[in-house]
Amino acid sequence: MSVLLIAEHNNKEIRSFTLNAITAASQIDSDVHVLLIGNNCSDVAKLLSEISLVKKVLQVEAAHYENYLAENFAPLIVKVSENYSHIISSANTFGKNLMPRVAALLDISQVSDVIKVVSSDTFLRPIYAGNAFATVKSTDSKKCVTIRPTSFEPCEVLGGSASIEKIEAIGEFTSSKFIKREEVKSDRPELGTARVVISGGRGMQSGDNFKLITDIADKLNAAIGASRAAVDAGYISNEYQVGQTGKVVVPDLYIAVGISGAIQHLAGMKESKIIVAINKDGEAPIFSVADYGLEADLFEALPQFLEELNKLNTIQK
Amino acid sequence: MKILVAVKRVIDYNVQIRVKEDGSGIVTDNVKMSTNPPDDNAIEEAVRIKESGKATEVVAVTVGDEKAQETVRKALAVGADRGIHIKAEGIIEPLAVAKILQKIIDKEKPELVFTGKQAIDDDCNQTGQMLSALLNWSQATFASKIEIKDKKLEVIREIDEGLETIEVNLPAIVTCDLRLNEPRYASLPNIMKAKKKPIEQMNASDLGIDTTPRVQQIKVEEPPARKAGIKVSSVAELVQKLKNEAKVI
Repeated sequence: MSVLLIAEHNNKEIRSFTLNAITAASQIDSDVHVLLIGNNCSDVAKLLSEISLVKKVLQVEAAHYENYLAENFAPLIVKVSENYSHIISSANTFGKNLMPRVAALLDISQVSDVIKVVSSDTFLRPIYAGNAFATVKSTDSKKCVTIRPTSFEPCEVLGGSASIEKIEAIGEFTSSKFIKREEVKSDRPELGTARVVISGGRGMQSGDNFKLITDIADKLNAAIGASRAAVDAGYISNEYQVGQTGKVVVPDLYIAVGISGAIQHLAGMKESKIIVAINKDGEAPIFSVADYGLEADLFEALPQFLEELNKLNTIQK
Repeated sequence: MKILVAVKRVIDYNVQIRVKEDGSGIVTDNVKMSTNPPDDNAIEEAVRIKESGKATEVVAVTVGDEKAQETVRKALAVGADRGIHIKAEGIIEPLAVAKILQKIIDKEKPELVFTGKQAIDDDCNQTGQMLSALLNWSQATFASKIEIKDKKLEVIREIDEGLETIEVNLPAIVTCDLRLNEPRYASLPNIMKAKKKPIEQMNASDLGIDTTPRVQQIKVEEPPARKAGIKVSSVAELVQKLKNEAKVI
């Protein structure tokens, strides 16, 4: 039976995590259909149809679908879900907000945050902030699944020629209203998908000192992250938070500066390919997950780090 | 206005959990338990709203075994007025918890329901959204700021891209982010007073809710361990290793 993937987009572009979720969906069943709910979103429909893993695009448009309120999306997804074995989305704030509402309406016990598809009903997922992995089997006849995007490669947007079928909108849920969204605009790579991430913790001592991190991030074309301690101390805003309650990142290189390595921070970064820790406390738990540890005062080490990078002839971008 | 707050008892966030050798779950015997951290924020917010004169009663509810009552008792010690404990054994999935809470809400008729955004044990992040679906109420998830405006709530939500503001009519469900507020500690006199506040107990089965898990936990295992790394002695050595050994810069 076909699987239904709920696309996340901004009515112009596909949000990148949707591409990771499509890869995961294709591992459950090769007949992946994508449900695109939005407003004036034909450009997105066209892009989705060009993905070779996508066999059909279902497009629904209405003014009340512009800002993806779960209250408007969920009943529509329920209506479309009849002919599908699985309903899938990414486990970011989009999917986390939406999918449980769909699952409850369908009387399905959802499987959240899947990191591996074992079979069409069995999945691997992290629990306790990634300190344990659980293999779980859904016994519901239809499944609602969210996918941890960083655990699956993004699919390529090419080689496909899926049909685009328009379907009817349904009524608006009028008790909830979108007011505004304040997106952080940045020239840097997105934290969730960056190849290199450099994060600061409480050891940074102030927001101004993040300049030391910014300079290195510029040099390495890295995204900037932070520990919850740094966010709570007001050094940097919450969208930079890496951890159980922030973002989960899996970059090729993760540089943790002045971060002690609380369980909740490790949950967000310990799957990174290479981890560097710079901390003056040699006993800090961050060193237990670091491939390269440097016990040093960050206020001396970071300027030296920048200097050493400047000496290199080439730096990977 | 009555506010209902759902709280969960979990392994304390500072405890390094251990996986049972037979792979059947996590060791919980003799392990420190606490209220799920964002549920503390949920209670705190409800109590602050009551203190500001905008709510008349705060009711704390939990679903779980006999000891789960401690979590309700803690909520009473920081300002909730009374408690409800629905007894159920074993793993209770978010869908079952949402169905139980729906029954309680049908009876209690609160105008506002708070939960934490996610429990730090199963990391499901489902209960509040499921409950609002079952009730057909508005949902304001991952809330970091709440403002009550007449019969509406303006809520700032923490989303991946930054912040989102929505307005929802009451009744509504709000799931609370850790950034919503700074939960207070219970004072000794208030802990003593909380012992006299009423906690109503009932069984999940009395409410007609089947709590049998629909998602079977087949195996729990340790995540693959990272291989031990090395300490470098200088920044120059670090950069050289990253360039020539790890080949990541």
